[in-house]
Amino acid sequence: MSTRLAQVFERCRAQGRAALVGYLTAGDPNPQQSRELLLTLAAHCDIIEIGMPFSDPMADGPVIEAASVRALAAGTHISDVFELSRVVRQVNPDMGIVLMGYANVPFAMGFELFSERAAAAGVDGVLIVDIPPEEGAICDAAFKAHALDRILLLSPTSPDERIRLACDEGSGFLYYVSLTGITGADMGDINDIRSKVAHIRSLSGMPVCVGFGIKTAAQAAEVAAFADGVVVGSHFVSQIAANSDADAALEALDASAAAMQAATSGFQLEA
Amino acid sequence: MSLPQGSLDHPLYHFDISHAPDAGGHFGRFGGRFAAETLMQPLKEIEEAFYAAWADPEFHRERLDLLKNYVGRATPLYHAERLTKLTGGAQIYLKREDLNHTGAHKINNTIGQGLLARRMGKKRVIAETGAGQHGVATATVAALFGMQCDIYMGREDMARQMPNVLRMRLLGANVIPVDSGSATLKDAVNEALRNWVATCEDTFYIFGTAAGPHPYPLLVRQFHTVIGQEARAQILEQAGRLPDVAVACVGGGSNAMGLLHPFRDDADVRLVAVEAAGYGLDSGRHAASLAAGTAGILHGNLTFLLEDAEGQVIPTHSISAGLDYPGVGPELALMLEEGRLQLDAATDDEALAALQQLTRCEGIIPALESSHALAAGCRLAAGMRPDQIMIINLSGRGDKDMDNVFKHLGWLEDGK
Repeated sequence: MSTRLAQVFERCRAQGRAALVGYLTAGDPNPQQSRELLLTLAAHCDIIEIGMPFSDPMADGPVIEAASVRALAAGTHISDVFELSRVVRQVNPDMGIVLMGYANVPFAMGFELFSERAAAAGVDGVLIVDIPPEEGAICDAAFKAHALDRILLLSPTSPDERIRLACDEGSGFLYYVSLTGITGADMGDINDIRSKVAHIRSLSGMPVCVGFGIKTAAQAAEVAAFADGVVVGSHFVSQIAANSDADAALEALDASAAAMQAATSGFQLEA
Repeated sequence: MSLPQGSLDHPLYHFDISHAPDAGGHFGRFGGRFAAETLMQPLKEIEEAFYAAWADPEFHRERLDLLKNYVGRATPLYHAERLTKLTGGAQIYLKREDLNHTGAHKINNTIGQGLLARRMGKKRVIAETGAGQHGVATATVAALFGMQCDIYMGREDMARQMPNVLRMRLLGANVIPVDSGSATLKDAVNEALRNWVATCEDTFYIFGTAAGPHPYPLLVRQFHTVIGQEARAQILEQAGRLPDVAVACVGGGSNAMGLLHPFRDDADVRLVAVEAAGYGLDSGRHAASLAAGTAGILHGNLTFLLEDAEGQVIPTHSISAGLDYPGVGPELALMLEEGRLQLDAATDDEALAALQQLTRCEGIIPALESSHALAAGCRLAAGMRPDQIMIINLSGRGDKDMDNVFKHLGWLEDGK
């Protein structure tokens, strides 16, 4: 297992704040621009999730699906995903890097080669949306051999037995999906999320990050008050979608990431 | 031949689950439950509800009563003598699933899953559809059971199958166009899954083919085995022996598993799966995932997929919307690897020709999907002896395809 993710959460805890986990799809809108965008986002985050574009992103809403479409149309390959990870790692030796995506991409490469290349690129963990704990046999050995954390999801529909299963099979952190829905939908009720996170904590010693549907700094601050980490994805991706001009996209992303960073640090930037 | 009234020991049907997947839904190295966490608990609940229902005679009584009195089962096994003569080989028997209520085999499954949904107290059902047959069958069951119904359909498929879109609307279903990806069946599955993730508490996803995450491949197979169980009893009665060959078209594999599964342990019966070769297997524009695919994971199961070297699913093509799918049921993938399945394929043009041939010589207009089975079946039959027997699954009727067929034949353009 990677020790880097554990260190990230220790550091944040020592500073009395939640970790900011930022997501962008690799290669969106093209591999060249994606490099600058990822570096810009990384500068504000404790952990960066790099999405592996996939033709059929079943758990994602329209915003992240469109990012996959843009990335693939621009000719993004899995080699670009590793290269972009390497670039982020080179500039940010201490941050957490997690690859996120769907099973068929690593499966096509073979989990062993995939894990080897991910680890060589400086990746700490992998989150595959459609590999639940029960199907872990397909990837576990390869992830372990290359010291990659296997990040597992929990949702409002996960009963206690599944929470325990995720604790046993996963490592790094638990990713609590704050709503029953796809990425980018409206965030669930904050009180429900708070009590579910507390319940997961009572069953697990692992850090719990909360994501899906966090779009405003105010929401991020609310979640940061009780979670170990706040995941923001669609909100950052939508900055790219909204700005066809490359510099404008960078500026918009920088501003929104700074706002989220401030929110998760326990203070608000002036509007 | 008629179904039992309130009796389950009728020789046509049996209720054992043979060749079951393992506890995780794996058929050998295929299948499984590669689903997002949010869906894991709902899938488990469906699995538990299915096993409980399957063990409950009352469930089968209800199901078989509907299959008989509402759907019109058993469907005939028809000895197509003129087609046999024209083909000049094996005796061809057609399993007339086109005569089911709603015009295709799909209703066998939607009755089963609809009853499950009702037992589970779900108020709303959703489904994906390609040719529209599964959508119509789902909308029909929703009307019958008084449930709210949303059908996801690729916009491309809606254009190809407009009569079915209108039928679904007439039945009270809401047809939701899907524009993502290639705007066909796989994208409709994506969109239905996205909706289900958000609505699983009160919604049952009636999955239409023998694919998807466990337990769907098992459910869909079990609800369709009435096809093969009837055909097996009917051919024994009519010809006094089992067939030499059983033929079905394959998109996801629901009608194929329905016909072929009950013959699986009859070692002398050749099982033939016919895929859509589109413009030809060499053209790269087809939907033959068993013949030309590689192992991959999509829509919750590990199976054969049409994909590129990096695991991106590639666009498929078939004249028939119901076969236009880049994956295939995991159990068919296993049967192929085990050597129990013989593969064949028919192109768009061959399917069109088979549709016209059957229509002219037997007065039966088959669906374009089923026409693929007819095309390959007749080709195989021509090389067989007249004392041999072939059963072809005529999985649906062709009314829904008429506009599409006329367009391909050039009848709409020049007003012939």
